[in-house]
Amino acid sequence: MRRGLSLDRRFWINGAVWLLLLAAPLWLPLIGGYMELASRVLIYGLAAMAVNLLIGFTGCMTFGEAAYFGLGGYGAGLMLTHVTNSTPLAVLVGTLVGGMAALIFGPLVMRRRGIYFAMITVAIGQIFYFIAERWNSFTGGEDGLSGFSRTPLHLGSLSIQLTAVPFYYFVLLCFAIGAAILALLLHSPLGHTFVAIRENRRRAQFLGIHVERYVWASFAIAGFIAALAGSLIALEQNFISPINLYWVESGNLVIMAVMGGMRSFWGPLVGAIIFIGIQDYVSSFFPNNWETFIGALFIIAVVFFPKGILGIARRRRRVA
Amino acid sequence: MELLLFDGFNGLIQGTFYALMALGLSLIISLNSVINFAHGGFMLVGAYLAFTLMPFIGFWAALIAGPLIAGGFGILIERSLVHYMYSRPDPIYSLLLTFGLALIIEDIVRTIWGAQGLPFQIPAVLGSPVSATYFFITGYRLFVMGAIALATIALFAFLRLTSFGIRIRAGILDLETVSVLGVNVYLLRSVNFAIGTLLAGFAGVLAAGVLQLAPTMGDNVIMATFVAVVVGGIGSLLGSVLGGLLIGLAAGVTTAFYPAASDVVIYVIMAVVLIFRPRGILGQEGLFE
Repeated sequence: MRRGLSLDRRFWINGAVWLLLLAAPLWLPLIGGYMELASRVLIYGLAAMAVNLLIGFTGCMTFGEAAYFGLGGYGAGLMLTHVTNSTPLAVLVGTLVGGMAALIFGPLVMRRRGIYFAMITVAIGQIFYFIAERWNSFTGGEDGLSGFSRTPLHLGSLSIQLTAVPFYYFVLLCFAIGAAILALLLHSPLGHTFVAIRENRRRAQFLGIHVERYVWASFAIAGFIAALAGSLIALEQNFISPINLYWVESGNLVIMAVMGGMRSFWGPLVGAIIFIGIQDYVSSFFPNNWETFIGALFIIAVVFFPKGILGIARRRRRVA
Repeated sequence: MELLLFDGFNGLIQGTFYALMALGLSLIISLNSVINFAHGGFMLVGAYLAFTLMPFIGFWAALIAGPLIAGGFGILIERSLVHYMYSRPDPIYSLLLTFGLALIIEDIVRTIWGAQGLPFQIPAVLGSPVSATYFFITGYRLFVMGAIALATIALFAFLRLTSFGIRIRAGILDLETVSVLGVNVYLLRSVNFAIGTLLAGFAGVLAAGVLQLAPTMGDNVIMATFVAVVVGGIGSLLGSVLGGLLIGLAAGVTTAFYPAASDVVIYVIMAVVLIFRPRGILGQEGLFE
């Protein structure tokens, strides 16, 4: 399915990506980055990869993925505030909360296509947003949920404080799990079915594929992975707010996926690097006007790089 | 009963704004095939420029000038950016482009005029309540409703009676055929985009007097406007008007009974409509799928 990329080449690309990610604490400070930023990039990258499973590989234009991202965050945050002080358990529960929501709402969205798919996903997301914003006693309302912090990891008798670098590796581990699931999925018959639906929904239907069921499956899997990322963002910020559920957050995730390259596996991660990087860099110079830069980035990406950064790289190579 | 009437009337006012915004959005979606996330931004442009011009030219002239500037700005944006999107059938690109545009407009407005709300002076004639019992029915609010009704009627008359309007309607049905018949479809789309943004600017100036003039004004209205379009049915102008009034009223009436749910109710309505009548109240089958 992945035309243009030979197996050999894919092996080297994947190897290089993982090596760079594993060695990030060594090279990132050299170019002025810091580990919290790297954790954010991985978290948003994972969420954008979940979005891309729907947009890039199944052809369903989701504009409400922040719902499951934010629900994961609230799930993890509420677990840490009320129930447990185990970080992995909070992540697990957050993932399940957001993922189950996607699974439950799947039947509502699976029949919709195009703009209607986008609108119904936004609608569901906004319902969660307003619940989180209004239910003060449970979610902290507009101010968000705070008062929890990531607790040390216990491995046998070993206790690891989740400071910047260890937390980065914890995030990287979760990212690796999410990315591995997506990679295995996309190379499985299920993943090929998703692509078939993207390419020609009607033909897929004629071939006897229950398109709606597969859209549901894709939506649920994307929801679980977005929720995993969301529970990590709650830990990263030690805070979760309705902003993480808002439709603007969904838009940010979509632009990361589009900017990096919708048709490529690593594209959303590249998009997240650019997005989070620019957000961090610009907001240190223009704390009040970084939105203009993000907006300009959207426009430039859409007008000049519709296939994304990796899409360009691929096209260049084929010509050469 | 008082309260219900009060909230219901507030909802109706909101609904007329949603309807006017939805009308412009619907025009742009139908002919330009662009999902205009920046529609709230054009609303801001109209409202803030009217506010700035008002001390010099007065309320009535500003009410005309604001929308015209928003329309002109619309042509500029259409010619410089949006027309790139016509060759891309996937609506995601136009959606993201206008999303970026909305961020920029809001940010610039906030930088120039400040993040705080600004007082918008309405003529004294319209400021006072019409009756003592129904204090919430001010002259200005009645004027707003009348003006929006008039604008809606004018738009429908334009689309039905003038040859340009008929071309727009024909273009919505089949742009290729219209182009083959010798109509300049580039001009058609530009003007159509401008009409849509002009309506947004008009809604903005009127809304500034009822709500408050603030940079978040567009952001608050745009999602409700999308809901109105989807509930009414994408591609149907009359549906957009109905959808706008319906969700405005629903939000208002909900405020009377259970204020916490007033924001969420419109999304619930949209979800219910999409489940039972996927194409909206008056929508056509097959559009934008």
